[in-house]
Amino acid sequence: MQSGIIAELEAIAGARNVLSRAEDLVLYEYDGSVEKARPEAVVFPSTTTDVVKIVKLAIKHDVPIVGRGAGTGLSGGALARGGGIMIAFGRMNKILELDFANRRAVVQPGVVNFDLTRAVEHAGLYFAPDPSSQKSCTIGGNVSENSGGPHTLAYGVTSSHVTGLELVLPNGEVKRIGGKLADPMGYDLCGLLVGSEGTLALVTEIVAKLSKKPEAIKTLLAIFETVDDATETVTELTARAITPAACEMLDGWTLCAIEDYVHAGFPRDCGAVLLIEIEGITEAVAGQAQAIDEVCRLHHAREIRTAKDDKERELLWKGRKTAFGALGRLAPSNYVLDAVIPRSKLPQALRQVVKLGKECGLQVGNIFHAGDGNLHPLVLFDPRKPEEFREAVRVSEEIVRYCVSIGGALTGEHGVGMEKAELMTLMFSEADFALMRRVHAQFNPTGLLNPGKVFPMGKGCGETRVRTSPMAHPLQTGVPA
Amino acid sequence: MAAEVSVLAKLEGSVGSANVRTEPKELLRFAIDGVTPKFEVRPETAEKAAEVVRTAVHEKFAVVACGARTALAIGTPPASYDVALDMTRITGISSYDPGDLTISVNAGMPLADLARELAEKKQFLPLEVPFFEKATVGGAIAAGLDSPLRQFYGTPRDFLIGAEFVDGTGAQAKSGGRVVKNVTGYDFHKLLNGSLGTLGVITRLNFRTYPIASARRGFLASFADEVGALKFVKHIGASALTPIVLEMASPESAGLLFSQYAPFASLCAAQDKREWTVCVGFEGSGEVCERYAKELARMAKQAGAQNAVAMHDDQFAALLEILREAPVTMRDAAAEAVVMRFTALPSQLADLLRAVRSFARSSWMTAPVLARSECVIYMALLPRAGDETAFKQLDYFWKSVGSLRGKLEFKGTVVFCPAKWKAMLDGWEHANVELEMERRVKRAFDPNGVFARGRFVGGM
Repeated sequence: MQSGIIAELEAIAGARNVLSRAEDLVLYEYDGSVEKARPEAVVFPSTTTDVVKIVKLAIKHDVPIVGRGAGTGLSGGALARGGGIMIAFGRMNKILELDFANRRAVVQPGVVNFDLTRAVEHAGLYFAPDPSSQKSCTIGGNVSENSGGPHTLAYGVTSSHVTGLELVLPNGEVKRIGGKLADPMGYDLCGLLVGSEGTLALVTEIVAKLSKKPEAIKTLLAIFETVDDATETVTELTARAITPAACEMLDGWTLCAIEDYVHAGFPRDCGAVLLIEIEGITEAVAGQAQAIDEVCRLHHAREIRTAKDDKERELLWKGRKTAFGALGRLAPSNYVLDAVIPRSKLPQALRQVVKLGKECGLQVGNIFHAGDGNLHPLVLFDPRKPEEFREAVRVSEEIVRYCVSIGGALTGEHGVGMEKAELMTLMFSEADFALMRRVHAQFNPTGLLNPGKVFPMGKGCGETRVRTSPMAHPLQTGVPA
Repeated sequence: MAAEVSVLAKLEGSVGSANVRTEPKELLRFAIDGVTPKFEVRPETAEKAAEVVRTAVHEKFAVVACGARTALAIGTPPASYDVALDMTRITGISSYDPGDLTISVNAGMPLADLARELAEKKQFLPLEVPFFEKATVGGAIAAGLDSPLRQFYGTPRDFLIGAEFVDGTGAQAKSGGRVVKNVTGYDFHKLLNGSLGTLGVITRLNFRTYPIASARRGFLASFADEVGALKFVKHIGASALTPIVLEMASPESAGLLFSQYAPFASLCAAQDKREWTVCVGFEGSGEVCERYAKELARMAKQAGAQNAVAMHDDQFAALLEILREAPVTMRDAAAEAVVMRFTALPSQLADLLRAVRSFARSSWMTAPVLARSECVIYMALLPRAGDETAFKQLDYFWKSVGSLRGKLEFKGTVVFCPAKWKAMLDGWEHANVELEMERRVKRAFDPNGVFARGRFVGGM
């Protein structure tokens, strides 16, 4: 990148808030996905004004920009696919206001998800979206990707928990949409912007809803000899309209890896477990627990354990939330998939995932949000062996295609990003893309903001207005070096 | 004339001659605020609806999509209006798998029919909106009125999971899908809610459905003033209870809404006309409901309730219906009624209530108020028949509301208003939207300006 641009960035944000050396930038070419793309500069703004200045600088020099939170995303959404400037929000991490009376928090995008919950839990409140990475991911990232988590089953993804945003548009204008009030009176712009994956505007402030902690929580661990029994249980729970707050499935192989890693107390000799959480007032929780127990036993649960106290409950969740880390110890790299299927088709979908995994010869683990049909097969591979990587990508794509073919969706919570841009054609028609492009063009007409995401590029860059940095490397592919 | 004949032939070619009407008498049924279309067109499929929109784009016609036409009075009068696109033939359930708790419904399906189909599988959609017995699903989403069940189940943003629609180029587009968790692509379906048909013609909607609880009951408590009623509402909010309905009716509103219904007679009889009524709904097992009834009774007493009644399932169903239809009941309470909707912060609800009620008092009009879920206020101004100063008072009221800006955080729009006043009163004045951003959305969806011209905020 031209040294002039770097100097201007330093003048805006301060020299210590700009990275431009190759050895620094290499840390920002990754996120949690298997994609890679290196920015030419990383800048850490402190204020919305800084962001506006950076955007105007990017316009002046015709350089792409991309926003980034903690870089924990799993679809390449926060990677600099077009090179250019990465705006890392890590230092815009202040909780600006806690409004307990109205159950709202006003936060900067770099606030870590769990830090918000920690800041309000003394008042019996919490921020509901709870991705596995909640101790490191940022709320700005959650807003961009419309993140979920285990408790999405009951409480919805991020868009159900955001009522207002401050935005910096790709032309440098600052806009506020929504606010603390519950309803928009015009179009639901927050509904559009949350989950737009940083392709329409940069988010510089968020008004988040705070939820009331339930009176009672019960966490059950149902242990099954086979994956089939576990998935049939989930299907039956849904069919009986039993609605736990979370319903997670972990297969036997994954459980062993977790036990080796965090000793969460999972069995090492079963086919699968369901980690089920029920919340509400005491009487409702007791009733639901009984109904769930009945369904689990009907489907041959070997044992149903109830977490005795908060400590045991937290340990079980720690096991669940560190599962990807645990599997990371078993192979140099892994590919976490995110796809959704109708819940009634869970048993057949899992059988298909297992079959495809066996056929490809790579180890595939399954840890996922069973209650809402959100699968996360995890494929282990060694990136030093290109054929393994290609096979991992191929089998992953095949699984996603299968999920869509049975009425599912490409992504339940990770976003499309770079990872699934080309697969968007599985779900959307030319007419759908035409409308998406018109909306994109209204907000991001020059395509400088987060190029190469969401839209398939196979049809020619002109159509999606993907641009590369004039001074930088061309668009990078997802193949690791 | 010749040009219109050829357009007629084109429209008839799309939907069949029996489904295009031009007789003025028939078209009157589709009039909006006195503006009558030139054609009524009734497509049988989404494809045909798209074809009609393409014809309209070509002819530079203005199209208003209609369902049961119950909510057409909401919004500003159309700037022009050529085609009434009657969507009622595109009806029925497209797919329903009760085991998935999801349903895909064609836009012209009546809400009441949908509710019956769902009830057979012991499920429901928490879209209990006004005109429920007649309204179509597509119309209900386009109109964007809320449901008393929002207290627990939220708004369509929380349970509308996908949509198919015809955009302003006449193309059939979609967003979302039919699974409960899905973040693929832009969430266009969220924009359709409350868009008054200005972004597209909704042809199909996908929802997540919910199980009907084994019991659903209610609790009414009356208070000498709004202070007590608000205290009770706050107590509930601070407790562990999560009711499904939480509404507060002013004395005028309680009289209007509840006095006609026998089961509430005892409560209303005991009421002098100055009492506020808090309505609470809850659901769950018998045990859960017992706990609610007990705690609510205790909290009501603490807050100084004059009277309290626990309601069984049937009574609560009747109460829910009354609350659901409240904006319509308010509208029908006077020939020239004006119904407004405000959104407020829970912490400022009391201040906003006090302010708008005091403005209404100085206008001499009866002004029933219903506060919903601590965040929405429905208020009506009911002029006496033949009161020639009514508009002046309305205008004064609406200007006074403007004086609250900067003091309170709120938004307000006019929901129902006699057509003759709409040109003189800007019902969107206090909607407080980021208009420039809204226009970007409108331009993308409807680049030719074919849909519901001038019906929405900012003349969109």
